[in-house]
Amino acid sequence: MSATRRDGTVVRLLRHRAGAAGLFVVTVFLAVVAVGPSIAPRPPTQANFRAILKAPGPGHWFGTDELGRDVLSRVVHGARLSIGMVVAAVAAAVGVGGGLGIWAGYRGGLHEAVVMRAIDVLLAMPGFLVALVIVTVLGIGTFNLILAVAVYSVPTFARVAHASALALRGTDFVQAARAYGARDGRVLARHVVPNMVSPLLVQASLRMATALLLASSLSFLGLGVQPPAPEWGAMLANGRSYLSTSPHVVLFPGLCIMLATLGFNLLGDGLRDVLDPRQVT
Amino acid sequence: MTDAPRSLSVLWRVMLPYLARRAAALGLVLLAVSVIIFAMLRLIPGDPAAVLAGVDARPEEVERLRGLLGLDQPAHVQYLRFIGRAVTGDLGRSLRSHEPVAHEIASRFRASLLLAATSLVLALAVGLPAGVFAAVRRGSAWDTALAAVSVLGVSMPTFWLGLLLIGFFSVRLDWLPTSGFDGPEYVVLPALTLAAFSLATIARTTRSCMLDVLGHEYVRTARAKGLGELAVTAKHALKNAVVPLVAVVGLQFGYLLGSSVVTESVFTWPGLGLLLVDAIKHRDLPVIQGAVLLISASFALINLIVDMLYAALDPRIRLS
Repeated sequence: MSATRRDGTVVRLLRHRAGAAGLFVVTVFLAVVAVGPSIAPRPPTQANFRAILKAPGPGHWFGTDELGRDVLSRVVHGARLSIGMVVAAVAAAVGVGGGLGIWAGYRGGLHEAVVMRAIDVLLAMPGFLVALVIVTVLGIGTFNLILAVAVYSVPTFARVAHASALALRGTDFVQAARAYGARDGRVLARHVVPNMVSPLLVQASLRMATALLLASSLSFLGLGVQPPAPEWGAMLANGRSYLSTSPHVVLFPGLCIMLATLGFNLLGDGLRDVLDPRQVT
Repeated sequence: MTDAPRSLSVLWRVMLPYLARRAAALGLVLLAVSVIIFAMLRLIPGDPAAVLAGVDARPEEVERLRGLLGLDQPAHVQYLRFIGRAVTGDLGRSLRSHEPVAHEIASRFRASLLLAATSLVLALAVGLPAGVFAAVRRGSAWDTALAAVSVLGVSMPTFWLGLLLIGFFSVRLDWLPTSGFDGPEYVVLPALTLAAFSLATIARTTRSCMLDVLGHEYVRTARAKGLGELAVTAKHALKNAVVPLVAVVGLQFGYLLGSSVVTESVFTWPGLGLLLVDAIKHRDLPVIQGAVLLISASFALINLIVDMLYAALDPRIRLS
């Protein structure tokens, strides 16, 4: 049964113009993440001082940077870093935030009060600041950046899961399972979690977009991934000094961030329309 | 309507307890935020004093810093001193410039506020009419174009947009300055950059709020009684669509304050964000704490104002 339902979702997503476009873009980027290093023409950090800041053309389709490194190779290798980090951070946030939200919504009472007030405190600060506070405390680095992006995303998933769990707690099938004597763990795994996959999936896609913007912003500011790693935001930070003479150094990494973000946004919007018919506008 | 003063006093009787509850909740949240900000120092892995002093610091320097930061005292004593000073405006001294933090962040905050407010006005001035028009002409080419532009707007990395604008308007055309703040023309590019995300969000939300309202029966009634389309849109629909929009606009202002960090770095705008990034790179903790506290407090205050507006506009909220 679940197979036909899932087929239905994909087919409907493909018929949704924006959703299909998002799915296509996201698939392309994920494919680059998967096979990236093997299709890149050169190693990402290979300098060539005889080809410094060359404009895009044959041999270097995206041009070269201030050390003569091939921008296309850096962008392709960077996909694994830039998108991989964000996937890890959002997955962690879905696990932790979703888990906390489900627990709070299902158990109610004191558990709910404590968890949701803690989430409120996190939301009381602008999200960007939460990430900055974490980087300040733990120091600058790739792992700490992932952690910061994850913590920044936890409240979103906690709220979505909490709202779903709250709604599901009162439904007849959950009540029936409990009356039947099923333990909490079984009720959650069999009846509650499967029913909140849709809203979490929509949120996860939209969050990938926001998280990608945050992670690359922090790296751009010098507070995330450090050069010479080919992270897209860090590449932009390097390239900005050559903006007037060699704009291509800034153009391509930025274009990648924008396209990937756009893909996740479109996919999220499409999924929302397809999975939740009430919200179609 | 017949007895305005009386209904006003009734309004206040309902509003005051509501506002008191909101203000109390705000106080609690700020208290929790202050604990987080205070805890930042003690959560630094290893010996915070040694970390902040730097790798090549002499032992006596580390000890001096330990005393200066109060790390030689119990946490609760230090927290009470931190709060006691903070409420009187004493946020300590910068570890680098040795200037009072409150003094350093005050002037920077004015610049950030100016940038955020300009961006919000810009986002509202363009986003609101665009959203209304898209809703009224639903399904038209304009509607589709707006949907495309607004999804681009929320997908645009702020720093990239800023660099592109500099590349075009400053480098190519030489119309506008690239960085600093030395006159009105310096505000244009940073404000445009910062406004893009909010503009797209406000346009999208306005459209969906308007569509929601336009489907209601009172709009149909207004049309049925022969009102022109402009009157229906402006008087009946927009007035009701504004209520949920207030919350979004409030949130956007908070977002603008928080994310101006990136824009300020691109344009070297002398605001709080630029100071904050610089302080994080040099681990100048008192400055970081002061800046985060100030931005969080403004964010909370904006949320309270939004709540008040919300309650004033929609009786269902203050009564529930």
